[in-house]
Amino acid sequence: MIAFRGVSKVYTASGREVAALRNVSLRVEAGEIHGVLGQSGAGKSTLIRCANLLERPTEGSVSVDGQDLLALNPEALRKARQGIGMIFQHFNLFGSKTVAANVAYPLEVAGAPREAIRERVEELLSLVGLSDKAQAYPSQLSGGQKQRVGIARALAPRPRVLLSDEATSALDPETTRSVLGLLRDINQKLGVTLLLITHQMDVVKAICDSVSVLERGRLVEQGKVTELLAHPSTRLHQLCFPAFAPPTDAPSGRRVALTLAGEHARRPLLGTLARQFDVDALLVEGAMERVGNTRVGRLLVDLQGSADAVSQALAYLREQGLTLEEAAHG
Amino acid sequence: MDSQLPRLLGVATGETLYMTSVAAVLVLLAGLPLGVLLVVTDRGGLWERPALNRVLGTLVNVGRSVPFIILMVAIVPLTRLLVGTTIGTTAAIVPLVVAAIPFMGRVVEQSLREVDAGLVEAAIAMGSTHRRIVFQVLIPEALPSLVRGTALVIISLLGYSAMAGAVGGGGLGDLAVKYGYMRFRTDVMLGCLVVLLVLVQLVQWLGDALASRFDHTGARSSR
Ligand SMILES: Nc1ncnc2c1ncn2[C@@H]1O[C@H](COP(=O)(O)OP(=O)(O)OP(=O)(O)O)[C@@H](O)[C@H]1O
Ligand SMILES: [Mg+2]
Repeated sequence: MIAFRGVSKVYTASGREVAALRNVSLRVEAGEIHGVLGQSGAGKSTLIRCANLLERPTEGSVSVDGQDLLALNPEALRKARQGIGMIFQHFNLFGSKTVAANVAYPLEVAGAPREAIRERVEELLSLVGLSDKAQAYPSQLSGGQKQRVGIARALAPRPRVLLSDEATSALDPETTRSVLGLLRDINQKLGVTLLLITHQMDVVKAICDSVSVLERGRLVEQGKVTELLAHPSTRLHQLCFPAFAPPTDAPSGRRVALTLAGEHARRPLLGTLARQFDVDALLVEGAMERVGNTRVGRLLVDLQGSADAVSQALAYLREQGLTLEEAAHG
Repeated sequence: MDSQLPRLLGVATGETLYMTSVAAVLVLLAGLPLGVLLVVTDRGGLWERPALNRVLGTLVNVGRSVPFIILMVAIVPLTRLLVGTTIGTTAAIVPLVVAAIPFMGRVVEQSLREVDAGLVEAAIAMGSTHRRIVFQVLIPEALPSLVRGTALVIISLLGYSAMAGAVGGGGLGDLAVKYGYMRFRTDVMLGCLVVLLVLVQLVQWLGDALASRFDHTGARSSR
């Protein structure tokens, strides 16, 4: 649905060249929610702004819904943009227009008839739960409500793609959850493909199907969220589960780090160890995280029991396909 | 105090209002497009035309830097060409307009530049035409500031018109000089001052009232 091929973007600011994107290739399949994760300055905004040519890549190509955007003339590009919704960190609502007029704006741009606009605006405001605010001005709304208006406005011309530039970064955790829930609903009910950028791991865990990790303008990783998280070697895993701090106490058994994902996260593994191998597992540190509708976790445990029993237990865990790392001694 | 005073003041006020309001309409009609052009033709603007932008910017700066009294004399030929004469209230309108257009242009430019670039970007992302961005986004968003700026320009016009009047244009400035200054009529002088003060206050008050009516961004918004 969205494809970046070898996209580079170089800014020239006061004579100095800044490479904001370096040879980025990225595919987002139709119906997916794809997150781009990266730190401040990684080039996330630049990337998403290339998806509707708010920024023109220095090199490479960008296509959305099968259209090569860079090949379009200005008029065709305007038409194409009407099919690509965008929401912003600071909402960018028109302060001089009512909520209803904000949502109507892209429909007027598309030349829809008055009556159709009225109906569509009503429909959208009810979708985002703001029917009672139609005549309010943006300044009279909370941050969460503003972003809902932003979402309604972006969806008005029935785009097939929605771009989100840090849409929840200015919101508190509770409001973030509800806005993310709304985006998830929109994706599922309307089939809108979402490309969202964020510096928050939580956003990726909450709604993304797939993810790319951007570092200093380079894409260092790309894949399904659950698959990447299942492997301790991935950047995503390391961002989600920071390395365990060096232990201050002596291990009370053989210390291993377990990564639980998919099937493994649904089984009472530690109980199995106790019953089958007579090995007790002391939980030292760790966390289980919800990712979409599955769980992923990383636990540091001390396995206690006879040396033989512990070895057998470890062999069993490996056999089950669990990723485990023996902690370096210390 | 004599009975002539109200009549003198009435006529002069009428002349001042005539000069100022006709000039204000013309200045608005020319200054608004000028301000829009200064913004959109600038680097990174909606309709980037750096050469045109430089030319306009220079013209505006020249216009702004010539003292009004000199401008008035300098454009006498133009005034004669347009109005057929160089004295009287109608003739005074020409230098008023010429002097205030660059000022209005800058005021409009400044108001439009205050509009959050994110809004323009959002409109571009929605596939807006540039025309629609100017008329449906930039101008409505800048409206309160534009109204305040216009009030400022009109108040300057009142001041300029007094000066224009003093050199044969009629109006309150003319009256103040001819009677108040040259014939030592303090009452006429004071009368002119009071009327000018009231006019300035009125314009300021009207501007502020309109501006806050159009302003939906703060706590004072309607509803
Ligand atoms: N218009 C510009 N001119 C010059 N340099 C720019 C411009 N926009 C971005 N950059 C530079 O490009 C790099 C990437 O910026 P970008 O805004 O894409 O980062 P980001 O990942 O969105 O960061 P943040 O999380 O802080 O928003 C930065 O080094 C930034 O300084
Ligand atoms: Mg950014």
